[in-house]
Amino acid sequence: MSDEILPGATSPTIGMPQPEAPTPGAPAGGATSEDRAASMLRRIATGEIGVSVLAFVLALVIGGILIAAVDPDVTKAAGYFFSRPSDLLTAAWDSVTQAYSAMFKGAVFNPDAATFQQAIRPLTETMTVATPLIIAALGVAVGFRAGLFNIGAQGQVILGATLGGYVGFAWHLPVGLHLLVALVGGILGGAIWAGIAGFLRARTGAHEVIVTIMLNYVALYLLSYLLTTDAFTIPGSNQPTSPGVDESAQLPLLLGDWSRLNAGFIVAILAAVFVWWLMTRSVIGFRFRAVGSNPHASRTAGVSISTTIVLVMVTSGALAGLAGAVQILGTEKQLSAGIAGSLGFDAITVALLGRSRPLGIFLAGLLYGGLDVGGRVMEAATGTPIDIVLVIQALVVLFIAAPPLVRAIFHLPDPTAPRRAKVRPEPVVKGASA
Amino acid sequence: MKLELRGITKSFGPLVANDHIDLVVEPGQIHALLGENGAGKSTLMNVLFGLYSADEGEILLDDEERTFEGPGDALAAGIGMVHQHFMLVPVFTVAENVMLGHEATKSAGLLDLEAARTRVRELAARFGFELDPDAVVEDLPVGVQQRVEIVKALARDAKVLILDEPTAVLTPQETDELIGIMRQLRDAGTSIVFITHKLREVRAVADVITVIRRGRVVGSASPDAAETELASMMVGRAVSLSLGKAPAQPGDTTFEVRNLTVLDAAGSVVLDDVSFDLARGEILTVAGVQGNGQTELAEALLGLTPPIAGSVRLEGRDLVGLSPREVLDAGVGFVPEDRSVDGLVGDFTVEENLVLDLVHTPAYSRGGALNLGAIRRNAEHRIDEFDIRTQGPAQAAGRLSGGNQQKVVLARELSRPLKLFVASQPTRGVDVGSIEFLHRRIVAERDNGTPVLIVSTELDEVVELADRIAVMYRGRIVGIVPADTPRDVLGLMMAGVPQSEAEQQAAEHPTAGL
Repeated sequence: MSDEILPGATSPTIGMPQPEAPTPGAPAGGATSEDRAASMLRRIATGEIGVSVLAFVLALVIGGILIAAVDPDVTKAAGYFFSRPSDLLTAAWDSVTQAYSAMFKGAVFNPDAATFQQAIRPLTETMTVATPLIIAALGVAVGFRAGLFNIGAQGQVILGATLGGYVGFAWHLPVGLHLLVALVGGILGGAIWAGIAGFLRARTGAHEVIVTIMLNYVALYLLSYLLTTDAFTIPGSNQPTSPGVDESAQLPLLLGDWSRLNAGFIVAILAAVFVWWLMTRSVIGFRFRAVGSNPHASRTAGVSISTTIVLVMVTSGALAGLAGAVQILGTEKQLSAGIAGSLGFDAITVALLGRSRPLGIFLAGLLYGGLDVGGRVMEAATGTPIDIVLVIQALVVLFIAAPPLVRAIFHLPDPTAPRRAKVRPEPVVKGASA
Repeated sequence: MKLELRGITKSFGPLVANDHIDLVVEPGQIHALLGENGAGKSTLMNVLFGLYSADEGEILLDDEERTFEGPGDALAAGIGMVHQHFMLVPVFTVAENVMLGHEATKSAGLLDLEAARTRVRELAARFGFELDPDAVVEDLPVGVQQRVEIVKALARDAKVLILDEPTAVLTPQETDELIGIMRQLRDAGTSIVFITHKLREVRAVADVITVIRRGRVVGSASPDAAETELASMMVGRAVSLSLGKAPAQPGDTTFEVRNLTVLDAAGSVVLDDVSFDLARGEILTVAGVQGNGQTELAEALLGLTPPIAGSVRLEGRDLVGLSPREVLDAGVGFVPEDRSVDGLVGDFTVEENLVLDLVHTPAYSRGGALNLGAIRRNAEHRIDEFDIRTQGPAQAAGRLSGGNQQKVVLARELSRPLKLFVASQPTRGVDVGSIEFLHRRIVAERDNGTPVLIVSTELDEVVELADRIAVMYRGRIVGIVPADTPRDVLGLMMAGVPQSEAEQQAAEHPTAGL
């Protein structure tokens, strides 16, 4: 053995024709484009919380500049900027602080109110608006963490609201049971709708993004059609709205008549806890995450990829459907074509902002609800168009999608940098025994 | 060109990757940089290539101090680097890749592709290998892609060529060819820095050997130093290179593969009528040049690819048609050939990876809820047992060095009672110290009475572990031979020559060795 240095060097295989079989690992790129897309999605959806916070701050700053820019007082002051430059700054400062403080008063706490109830009513309103958003975003996040981009939360919300609402107004069950059955109906509606996309992906490889987007349209027009049928409309009326859901199927108010806050908020908390448990403490969640992170290794470890994809979509859709049910049984009480608003799309943003983590989503949902509620008050109080709020929401997503941009602005180090170093000598410690 | 590094120090936070390293590479010399994975070899070369800036120390070219702000400076100064993972554009042709970054143009800014083609042909001819300038890179085998990398460096007049673990991805044949090219380059006056942890290669090709351990130069050696001596320097303790395993005590034959035939997606036969038996307490190794059906064999056994014909019987039960889950549950331990793709979830922690295919078992979960305590205890136990170098059970597995990642995969698969153990390339990209350890674990599993099937393209490993050797060529088993079969004969069989003919040819034309 000692006089024979290289096994191959002495073997007469040199100059033999190359085997026709392909050489594995040959392409210089390695990962397929789908792998790259999946890893990009994972980075955007599960990066650090810090970037989310900074992204929001940046969006507020830019939003402030826009508020100042559209304010007529500021524009007027800009007209004589060179004679009295301080006027412009004062006007701009006033306009931005007034707008944001109106937004705060509208969304959180109004110190000018006569009673305590009136003072905190904005906060309860924010919580009410945030409720379905949080639940639907939890659903989107389950998809994210399993590597699936469920764009179809909108359609699943609609189906959940439709089924949950139908149970609510068409069936007449005992108190307690009725609400439960209606919520389950909503869950089923969303689960089935997303399950279609999951099944198609698992069986035929049809990409879930395209299928779920198309199913959004189908859901919307399915609801519009249903609202023309006798089963879904008030007898004798040709309005495209359903009868109101029975009292027994409504989510009870939590604080009394002065606030719309209802038991849906508790459902949202329970859903967040459930998703936390599912993703970090259960075997199914372990597999969801494994498949999302490395489907090849999961398959080799005996996980059925197609079953997991269907399960992920069903879970994701079930949560979105629950959000729809909560929306109709808690606040809307009546089915109409616009029942979902832009809930399903906002949920995607909230899931991104919350980094696909239940607590993050809970906070992001409240923030989003607050922007929505506060924005309307701001428009009424200061005349600042509510569109500014939409711009802020859009900017948040934009900055989250580009963490290097946020890091550059705030001079933060890149947490992935050491990973790029080709050789990083591992510290020579034995973790467990040390 | 003479290259000298003086007192190079580079740290990442508290980690000192390079600690006052001195290195002199004379012109026309192959200087091997030998060290375990994570010893700091690649960091040093990245400093030299301008990818990292050194905290301390200086780089001298022909006794003149130079600083490199980035790879561009290093390239301009005549330093070329061939990375372990190739830096090629897969959809470009060879000539396009070679000209990328310093494109020659004709009038009106048109690319002068002909000049690049000529350059490629010229360089290939000078160093005596074949390279079609118009071949698209992604269609080329790995060994040829590496040649493209070398030509790319030479086309920019590199006087110092850094080869970072160049043989890690090559078959034995391709390794031979690379060594030939390296010698040609050296004779033409190019200085070569050859980074590796493979002892045989170092001794075959190096003029000077510098050994690095934990960021420091621990000594230099001449190429005629004994392998055990080099290995001990590398790992800092005595290493036994020969396994010295006891003869097998084969028991009952419990694993039978009969007429297994597998087609690939395109419908061509990749596994052709393969049959063999495996007894308890026996290791059968599968030898062959990469791409001759070994991967397909392992995947078919696990149930990842359904065979079109044949049977796989384990203790009387037919495994054909079972899902990977059912095969694993039937008591098969499986180590896939590519650990980072198929063996581990890189984002998952070490403890999660250690139970990747076991979470559903009662030991680690109950009623669908994970038993985190049991998972942590298992991780602590395995980390200790397999000497996995990690910051702790909660470290991401993707951040471990290759050898430690491989230990995680083996630890997982060997952590339960097995009826069959199948491992592909169990030590690919793993350093000497870990190879010894992993081989001993595999033999221990055999001695427990488990039938063991090892697939490896490293002839050393095949011979070291085998009780019997099955040689594959183009999807067929050419023959099953005893472990003491001469390497010449194995080499011929790997090229498709039947056993009797191979023995005859080997006797007629004995090879002299290197």
